[in-house]
Amino acid sequence: IFSPSLLLTSIFSLTDVVSVQSGCRFFHQKCDLHRLEEGPPLKAELTRDQGLQYYRTMQTVRRMELKADQLYKQKIIRGFCHLYDGQEACAAGIEASINPTDHLITAYRAHGYTYTRGVSIKEILAELTGRKGGVAKGKGGSMHMYAPHFYGGNGIVGAQVPLGAGIALACQYQGNNQLCVTLYGDGAANQGQLFESFNMAALWKLPCIFICENNKYGMGTSVERASASIDYYKRGDFIPGIRVDGMDVLCVREATKFAADHCRSGKGPIVMELQTYRYHGHSMSDPGVSYRTREEIQEVRTKSDPISMLKERMLSNNMASVEEFKEIDVDIRKQVEEAAQFATSDPEPPLEDLCNHIFYNNPPLEVRGTNPWSKLKSVS
Amino acid sequence: SPLFHKFLKEALNKVPKDKCVTVRDALNQAMDEELERDERVFLLGEEVAQYDGAYKVSRGLWKKYGDKRIIDTPISEMGFAGIAVGAAMAGLRPICEFMTFNFSMQAIDQVINSAAKTCYMSAGLQAVPIVFRGPNGASAGVAAQHSQCFAAWYAHCPGLKVVSPWNSEDAKGLLKSSIRDDNPVVFLENELLYGVPFEMSEEAQSKDFTIPIGKAKVERAGSHITLVSHSRYVGHCLDAAAVLAKEGIECEVINLRTIRPMDVESIEASVMKTNHLVTVEGGWPQFGVGAEICARIMEGSAFNYLDSPVTRVTGVDIPMPYAKILEDHSLPQIKDIIFSVKKTLNV
Repeated sequence: IFSPSLLLTSIFSLTDVVSVQSGCRFFHQKCDLHRLEEGPPLKAELTRDQGLQYYRTMQTVRRMELKADQLYKQKIIRGFCHLYDGQEACAAGIEASINPTDHLITAYRAHGYTYTRGVSIKEILAELTGRKGGVAKGKGGSMHMYAPHFYGGNGIVGAQVPLGAGIALACQYQGNNQLCVTLYGDGAANQGQLFESFNMAALWKLPCIFICENNKYGMGTSVERASASIDYYKRGDFIPGIRVDGMDVLCVREATKFAADHCRSGKGPIVMELQTYRYHGHSMSDPGVSYRTREEIQEVRTKSDPISMLKERMLSNNMASVEEFKEIDVDIRKQVEEAAQFATSDPEPPLEDLCNHIFYNNPPLEVRGTNPWSKLKSVS
Repeated sequence: SPLFHKFLKEALNKVPKDKCVTVRDALNQAMDEELERDERVFLLGEEVAQYDGAYKVSRGLWKKYGDKRIIDTPISEMGFAGIAVGAAMAGLRPICEFMTFNFSMQAIDQVINSAAKTCYMSAGLQAVPIVFRGPNGASAGVAAQHSQCFAAWYAHCPGLKVVSPWNSEDAKGLLKSSIRDDNPVVFLENELLYGVPFEMSEEAQSKDFTIPIGKAKVERAGSHITLVSHSRYVGHCLDAAAVLAKEGIECEVINLRTIRPMDVESIEASVMKTNHLVTVEGGWPQFGVGAEICARIMEGSAFNYLDSPVTRVTGVDIPMPYAKILEDHSLPQIKDIIFSVKKTLNV
């Protein structure tokens, strides 16, 4: 991840940056802490390469989600589609702070994480369009995409949290120094099974980072209308917590690094709240303006967009040029376009695949079709 | 039942004592052997470790394997079932004990949506090698909330295997197979059977003895009528068969052993021989195991061999009452089986 490049000249701004040997050092606000004496460092170093990489990651997710929006409106994607645009800094920042051998699990707004965990745009879009080239061969859809050390994509609100604690248990059991990042939203934060998971994770000191992506709305219900306490970073009670600006990829990265160190040092679980925002409604069937104002959405776009913020930072500190960003944008657009091409032209899964993969490593079995004479075959 | 105890006494007098193993001990042996064989296997649940198991099924395991492999959980079924499923996804092979399957209702979303469906949704990318086990169905005097049979509920769902052992060989062989299976298995035990000793063959006592999931066993051959059952009621069927034999009616008794996938072929082969079928279960009648057997027989080759409709003997369609006399009349008794056999045979 680190590839320090030579020092670039920088303008020392009054606000938050100094130039350092390998890039720039940005300062940000102290995170709110719960049951912690110290939090993540107030400074984050960013090399040019890192900056461009985070930019590329976030922009790719952005463009991929917007392409999904387009395909959905063309009725090429159907069913559930929960888009992640606005929240890119969370996925990018987290991935920047953990290892590929660490584990991650999230809920249904999962396309961004599916990408950061290594699945290609092509395989993501083709899964959304239900084609055989999709990452789950078209069997899963938007909410059920998987990759090594990435456990989806989970449709039942909150169910992924005990799963994540279990993955952390496996890490501890196997003694491999890995951890599990377990994500959930402000809506899921009120699920009882979270508190059961918090209890067991703390009791057994599981290496689990519980991360609440607070985008202020659980479907159409604002946090104020859903939660008696909206301090989600405190909801772990006896588990320490940090509240982080989820629109700032560097904040997210530093906080997650801090959390990862906490877990890996055997201190047990930790809770992080990422304050973030989604531009789209809850899903494609929600215009997203009945419970919030267009002004609010616009304000976030202009003042707190994660991609713009990173770009501006890098530009104003001469870490990259406008042309370079343009080139990256063009390249991403091309990649997303090609992926969309594939996703719309790849054939649907063959009917022979209908009953396959019910079981793993199992001898073939017969499956009843819709009528008694329909005997279908299932291989694993 | 008194008849069964008489039968048992006679059997015990004939068989050397060390070849008789209770179902509890058979389950314990199975877990012990699999824990030893594969370090990824571990057990979690309420009271499984230091208490030696609520019903002592895991007796001695914590002492032998320690905190890492035998884990006491708080009373958090949804949480610990989810944790177990997550651990299975990440490479371990958990045995998740529900103190009774009634409590699995708290966690049923994790069993179905997180465990059962995942292999299919991921097109085979993500396996979930987990066993959910615990006592199922009626016990004695524990009343409505603690007596439900979940065989039909779980057997309804693709992606699960549902196993229901009767005797000690079943218990041991099937539990070992379930633990070795790379898929989610719901393993339905019966509390009233835990203390019952059964003869175990030498083969069954070996460390590699497994019974395949999905294959039924003919416990008693017969030519006049087929009785199909699972779990405790297999014993009831055998008792009924003994009584009926004295009247010249020879029952073939089939022990399903696995509810899903159900070994319909064995039932069909038997029905094609006997032309009559009675199903016996402890669960409620509607949408139950017997109902499924009826449907499958109708759809298959054995239908034309039936000389009368299939008869289901089931638990009474009520929540389980407490008073002993009421409880006794809520579940199939041997006389109910005998009565149903005679009605089906029209004798």
